[in-house]
Order: sequence, then structure tokens, then C-alpha cells
Amino acid sequence: NEGKELSKEEKQRLRKQKKQQKKQKERKNEKSETEKEKTPVSLLPPPRPVATQKAPSALPAPASAPIPVPASAPFHSSPAPSPADKPAKSKAELKAERRARQETDRAAKQPGSSSSGIKTKVPLSELNPVVKRLPEHVQVDDPAVVKRLAKKLERQQIPLRSDYGYKVSLFSHLHQYSRKAPLTQQLSIPSTVIHPSIVRLGLQYSQGIVAGSNARSVALLHAFKQVIRDYTTPPNEELSRDLVNKLKPYISFLNQCRPLSASMGNAIKYIKKEISNIPSQCKEEEAKTKLLTCIDRYIEEKIVLAAKAISKYAIEKISDGDVILVYGCSSLVNNILCEAFEKSRKFRVIVVDSRPRLEGREALRRLVQRGISCTYVLISALSYILPEVSKVFLGAHALLANGYVMSRVGTSQIALVARTFNVPVLVCCETYKFCEKVQTDSFVSNELDDPDDLMVTRKGKTQLENWQDVSSLGLLNLVYDVTPPDFVDLVITDLGMIPCTSVPVVLRVKNLDQ
Amino acid sequence: MELQAVLMAAGGGSRMMDLTYNTPKPLLPVGNKPLIWYPLNLLERVGFEEVIVITTKEVQKMISTDPKVKLDVKMKLDLVCIQEDADMGTADALRHIQQKVKTDVLVVSCDLITDAALHEVVDLFRAHNATLSMLMSKAHEFTETVPGQKGKKKTGEQRDFVGVDDTGKRLLFMANEADLDEGVVIRKSIMRKHPRMHIKTGLVDAHLYCLKKSVVDFLADNKSISSIRGELVPYLVRKQFSKSTNSPKVIDETHQNLKKNDSNISSRDEELLHLTQERSCWNDHRGDMSDAYHGGRLRCYVHIMDEGICYRVNTLAAYIEANRLAPKLFDEPAVHPSAVVSERCLIGADSIIGASCQISDKTSIKRSTIGVSTTVREKVKVTNSIIMHGVTIEEGCNIQGSVICSNAVIGRGADIKYCLVGSAQRIEPDGENWDYWV
Repeated sequence: NEGKELSKEEKQRLRKQKKQQKKQKERKNEKSETEKEKTPVSLLPPPRPVATQKAPSALPAPASAPIPVPASAPFHSSPAPSPADKPAKSKAELKAERRARQETDRAAKQPGSSSSGIKTKVPLSELNPVVKRLPEHVQVDDPAVVKRLAKKLERQQIPLRSDYGYKVSLFSHLHQYSRKAPLTQQLSIPSTVIHPSIVRLGLQYSQGIVAGSNARSVALLHAFKQVIRDYTTPPNEELSRDLVNKLKPYISFLNQCRPLSASMGNAIKYIKKEISNIPSQCKEEEAKTKLLTCIDRYIEEKIVLAAKAISKYAIEKISDGDVILVYGCSSLVNNILCEAFEKSRKFRVIVVDSRPRLEGREALRRLVQRGISCTYVLISALSYILPEVSKVFLGAHALLANGYVMSRVGTSQIALVARTFNVPVLVCCETYKFCEKVQTDSFVSNELDDPDDLMVTRKGKTQLENWQDVSSLGLLNLVYDVTPPDFVDLVITDLGMIPCTSVPVVLRVKNLDQ
Repeated sequence: MELQAVLMAAGGGSRMMDLTYNTPKPLLPVGNKPLIWYPLNLLERVGFEEVIVITTKEVQKMISTDPKVKLDVKMKLDLVCIQEDADMGTADALRHIQQKVKTDVLVVSCDLITDAALHEVVDLFRAHNATLSMLMSKAHEFTETVPGQKGKKKTGEQRDFVGVDDTGKRLLFMANEADLDEGVVIRKSIMRKHPRMHIKTGLVDAHLYCLKKSVVDFLADNKSISSIRGELVPYLVRKQFSKSTNSPKVIDETHQNLKKNDSNISSRDEELLHLTQERSCWNDHRGDMSDAYHGGRLRCYVHIMDEGICYRVNTLAAYIEANRLAPKLFDEPAVHPSAVVSERCLIGADSIIGASCQISDKTSIKRSTIGVSTTVREKVKVTNSIIMHGVTIEEGCNIQGSVICSNAVIGRGADIKYCLVGSAQRIEPDGENWDYWV
């Protein structure tokens, strides 16, 4: 109890500190703009899951004290964009804090380590505001967070999309939308608040017409190009600041249509940085052309050329007589296989598919169209088909900072069973999909798709037609899952072939570059 | 700007001449509001801020003085006049305003009364980057008896055959019975691409179209097309499946001609769109080897409404039906506050009394619409009828199932059943009038 009371006081103290910092920040807004450029961390979009990063590291806090200190410094100069004034502190986090405090006390009692104890106490109190902040999109069951989100959307004049159907209790902290209730229902038809190409993009996302990490990023950048082209700076405003503010409601809108992917998040970060880097004396036309060429170059470098580089590396790994297993429809893996086939490698492909998306059919079509001989199975036949397989190629939605691979649901099963059969698993992923999130399970942060997709009509009968009437029945349609790095043998990126555990190194190198 | 609204209000109402010989069709009262108010209200509710209204000079004069349109409609109306005798089709009218059209258009007909969710039509247009997107509805049988017609006249109109694909959204085939000689002919190229097609006949075309700007420009070059519904829509539907070498060639050429100025921009954007489609793992069909949309650039979509009100008031029967159902579309009080209604009269719940009416004692009004400034004297029984503006009904009349046009005078004691009384006509007192038109 005492521990909890102490933390309450600490909470209040920290809250006051934060409010003061915010006031200071508003006064020194212009000065902190330049600071923002140097610290890419502060340019992350509001749903920033830094909290999960800190919880496991609370235990080894004394050992890794130097690392949190520089990370917390930018937080002082430019407090987070998300309006988290009174974030909720879960029991787990309180426990972790108490444990960390005990550790520091124990370390302080030991002779010779008093200095490290003092060092760790200071960053801990500075770390606390970081620990509290959970991203908003994984706190849907908290009414305060939902209210905050509704207020933010109202301010940006974006309609709020309501959740649909009964959510399975383990995932009740995530959004679940229905495809039959599009966001455009609540928008005016010649959309004036949101640029028409963004509305079109949002519709294409929510209906699944543009699906797949790369396709979504390219479509997003294409839409941003239209927005930039149609943009005119209002008088007394600077392009570098106003355009970023213009993009914020669009990003909220797209997030409502379908949660943003990691690749999209990185692309948005890049664009925002480019926009704020535009010097104020630059003329509007010049600035716009510069931005458009930046976007083109980003797509060319990070997506098109990266795919070519990855195919080059991957083809070295494909030998004649190989039997390659792929899962679902990954644009990168399809690209690799088509290139390998053109370079006259002799191999055959086994396409594994799963419901309800059945993306494997599209992959199958594309491969067979090129002339590659393919076999098609559903994921339930995986262990039956694996003895024939020599290699597994998987695509990724994102690579997390602790080496975990986030990909379509079912990928972790494939990796697991492949490991059991001692079949090498190669993950192909461009570097722009690397993200600084850390996740060890598929529950905390995931995406729930429309549960009605699970209904299937056979011979005119739909068994699950009235699933909402059955009170104890919940339909769960997960989209992503995470694969631990122990199951992945190699990650092929445009920087080369690296082991899964080297992902943080790549991230660090990327941050230094920027 | 995303969409521009164009309202076609120059039609003559050729199928209900008895109603329209004095009042132009857009200003016929339905539920005591001019017919043109309904599509304007629909557009306003959805969020449009300005509309281009194509109409005749006569209508333009009347609209600018009509209180309903002036007060209720907050949008900016850009009235474009065309000659009455020019015999312009809807496509000709679009060609006429080609200079005003800057983006994609939403074409609405002035006789459409509906509560459809327009976003369904526009979403198809946006999401699939379609060239044409239209609205249709399941036809409902008209239940009211039409004055002057004995029994129900069956299939005076020829049927429309509409072919849609499995999802029910993509429009594959459209033909009118009049254009077909012996049977419905479906090309093999369509069947190869879409082996499952549903052909529907009982649909009402709402004449609400979303068209790409390139179509309007294409119309400017092809002066032979004069009607949207009759010629342009079947042409576009057919063009979806022409040989891939020249599939949307004609429309594409105008595309390219216009984009010559900023060719760099459009080609780079086209590449990005192509890259997106290539990388996306979505296909609109499955079972064959072709890409999404079979690689075709021209796509036509239709949204078919199952429930809800959708009427095109272009015949007398539709006019009567619309009058019955129009009150459901808005929540104004049935009896207008400025009407003087005496206490000893019976007004049914589903009747509408217009402004400045005078209803005297002992009258009974059931399931009827009484227009503005109408005087109804004592002991009158009005059932199932439509009384337009400025009508005077003397004492003791019995009006059943009839339509009385504006400024008519019904003499004392007249008995009118299932009749249509024209504008400013006089019915003799004590006459018995059954089932004909005056």
C-alpha cells in the first residue's frame, strides 16, 4: 500500500512537471522546431508504443541506465505530441516500478555501486512519464481513451467509426470495424474537409482493394503527391508548418479506415521530416516540386530498388532442384521467385493458404502465369507437405526492434513447424519496414478485421449467419502475428543478409543516418 | 473539388401531358412541394454546396419566384437555360455545359424522389476508379388506381435487361427490349471474363449517374450521342469489353489529349498506380489468369437498392404514388400552420394540407393532398385525391381518386370519381363525372 501511495504522489508531481513543460514548450515553439529535426524519435506519430519497450527494461534498468538517459533527454525538450495528460497506469507497470525501485535500493546498499544507484534513480523518475504512455489504439476498452480520441477527431472534423459486434475478451482492447459501415457514410459527398484522393485511398484500404504492406505505402505516397500538388499556402503561414498540420487529419482519417501499417508509419515520418526541412525562404512552387521528387525518390529507393537488391541476394540462396514454400501473397517473395525463374533456376513452389483471406490464390495465379510449377495447400496440411520442402520464404509486414517478425497470421505457425522439420526459414523484408516497436506476443498490438468475413456460404446455407444472436459466441478475425527470432534463420534485406538479432543494429544505423 | 452536381430539369414530361401542359414538370407539386425540390433536397442533405441546374427559361422564371425553392434550398443554384424547342437530349445538355464542368459530375434527373444513401453509389465510383456509376432500384407495383385508365395497363413500357456480375455491383450488360430484335445477345468476351452473370428485369433506373470528366469531354467530341440513358450508358457498358487493343481507346485519347500539358505528372502517377495494383494482393474475380479488372481501364458499376423509396415521376401513376409516399421523406407537419381549418372537419392522418388553405366545416379529407391556397367549402368529401394549388371546391362535392390541377373550380355538388381535371377548368355543379379527363 505504501508503495502505491508513494507512486500516487509521484504521479501528481510528474503530472505538474509535465504541465509546466508543456507551457514552456508552447512559448518556445519555434526554437523546439529545429530541435525536432535532430531527434527523429519525437517525430513518431502519436500512437507510439514506447511503453512496452520500457516495461521489460525496468528490471535491467541498473545495467542499461546509460541508454535510457539520452532517450529521455529529447522528451524534455519536446514533449510528446499525444495529449496524454493523465495516462492510466496498469498494475503490471506499478509492479515493475516497485521492483525496479527495490533493485536500485539493493544496489545502493552494496558498497561501490552507490554511484550507479543514484544514476538509476534519476532517470527512473524521468522515465516514468514514458512508462505511462500506452498507444491509444490498444486501449479501446478504456472509456477515457475513447473519449479523448473522439474529441481529437471532432477537432479535426473527422467522423468517428464505431466498433462492430462482440469482441473476444482477449482482444477487447482493439478496434473491430465492419466493412458494411464505411466511414464515408458520415462524410459529405463532395468531400471538402478531406482531400478526395485521401477519401478514395481510405475506401480502398477499408474494402481491401489495396492490401499488402508495399502496395499500401505506394498508394499512400501517391495520394500525398496529389495533396501536395493541390496545396496552396494560406497567407501568413509557412509551408513547412502548415502542410504538416494539413496532413494530420488525413492521417487520422486513414487510421480510422484501417489501422496504419509500420511501413506507412515510416513513410509518413519521412515525409513530415522532409516537409519541416524546407527552408522558409523557399518559394511555394519550388518547395512543392522538391517534395514531389523526394517522394518519388523514396519510392524508387526504398521499394523498387530494394526489391531488386533483395532478389539479387535471395537468388543466391535458391539452388536448382529446390522446393520452396511460400505463405499467402507477399509481393516481395513473388518478385523474388519470378526473377529467379527468369534467371533459369529450376525449382518448384508450394503455396500455403489460409482462410478467410485466401490470399494464396492470388500468389498462385501470379506464379503460374509466369510458368512456375506450383502446388497449393491449406495451412492445415502444412505438416503433411513439409517433408518435401527444402526452404521456406516468408514475407514480413514489419520487423520489430527485438528481432521479432510481424507478418500475416499463420506465419508463426509456418516458422514453428518448419523449425521442427529443420527446414531453413528465410524472411525477406525491406529496411523501410523496420520499426522501433517491441512486441513478444500477438495480443498486445494487432488488428481485428471484420468478423463477418468468417461467414462462408456453402450450398446456399450460411451457418454463422446469426452469430450475433448467440450471446456466448465471438468471431475473431486476426490479421497479424509475431514470429520469434529463434524460428527465423536469415533475414534478407536490401542491406544484405543479416540474422534476426541484428535488426536493432540496422535501426541504429538508420537513425544515425537521419 | 471532387464532384459537381448537375440537375437536368429541362424535360417536358411527355408521358403525362395532361398534367404538364400548363405547369412545367419540374414545378409539379408533389406533397405540396415542387418536384424539383426533392432532388435538390437530396443533394443538399448529402453535402453539396452548389448545383448546376439545366432548365428552360420558363422554369427559371418560376423557380426564382417559388417560395419553397428559395427558402428551403440553401445551396447555390447555377441556372443554365436552354431553348425549349431545341429538343436537346440529356447528353446534349451535358455537352452544352462542358465548359463549366471542371471535375467528375453527378447527374441527377429532376423527377427523382428517393431516400437512397448516395454514398453507396459514389463509393463505387471512388473505390474502383470507375468511369460510370449509377443507381437502380427494385421496382414496386403501383397500387393506386390511375384516373382515366381502366384496369392496369401492362407493359406499356418496354423492359430493360440489366446484367450484373456475382457481386451485384459491376455492370456487365444493359439493353432495352426495343433495341433487341429477337433475343438477348451476350458476347462471348463478356462470358469468358464473367462466367456468372445475373440478368434482372424488374429494375427502375433512377437516372442518377456519376461520370468521369473524360466522359463529358468525350461527349464534346462525339456529337452523335444525345441521350445519357438511351445511348451513352449502353455505349460505355459495351465498351468495357471491346478488344483490349482499342478498349477504352476513344475515351483514353481524350484523356491523353487533355493531359498533354502535364504529361510528366500523369505518366509518373500512372506508374505509381500501376505499381500499387501490381503489389496489392487483391483481385476482383478469381478462376482465370488475368489481373484485377481483367486489365480493363473502363469500368461501370451499379448500386441496386433493395429497400427504400425510389420513384421517377414521369407518368401519371408514378405521380400519384409519389404523392402518397412523399410525406415520409420529410417531417413537416401534415397540416400547414397557416391553413385555416375549421374545427368540425375530419382530416385523416395521412393527408397534407398546404399553406393558406381554407377548410370549412363538415368536410372529410382522407389520404389526400390539398395544395396551397385552396378553398374547400362545407360538406365536401375528398378521398384519395390530389388537389393542387389555388383550387376552389364548392359545397357538397364528392371527390374520389382524382387529380385536380391548379386553379380549377369544382361547382357545387359535383361528384367526381377517378377523374383528372386540368388546370383552370370548371366542373359544372351537380355533375356526375366518372373516370375521364377534363
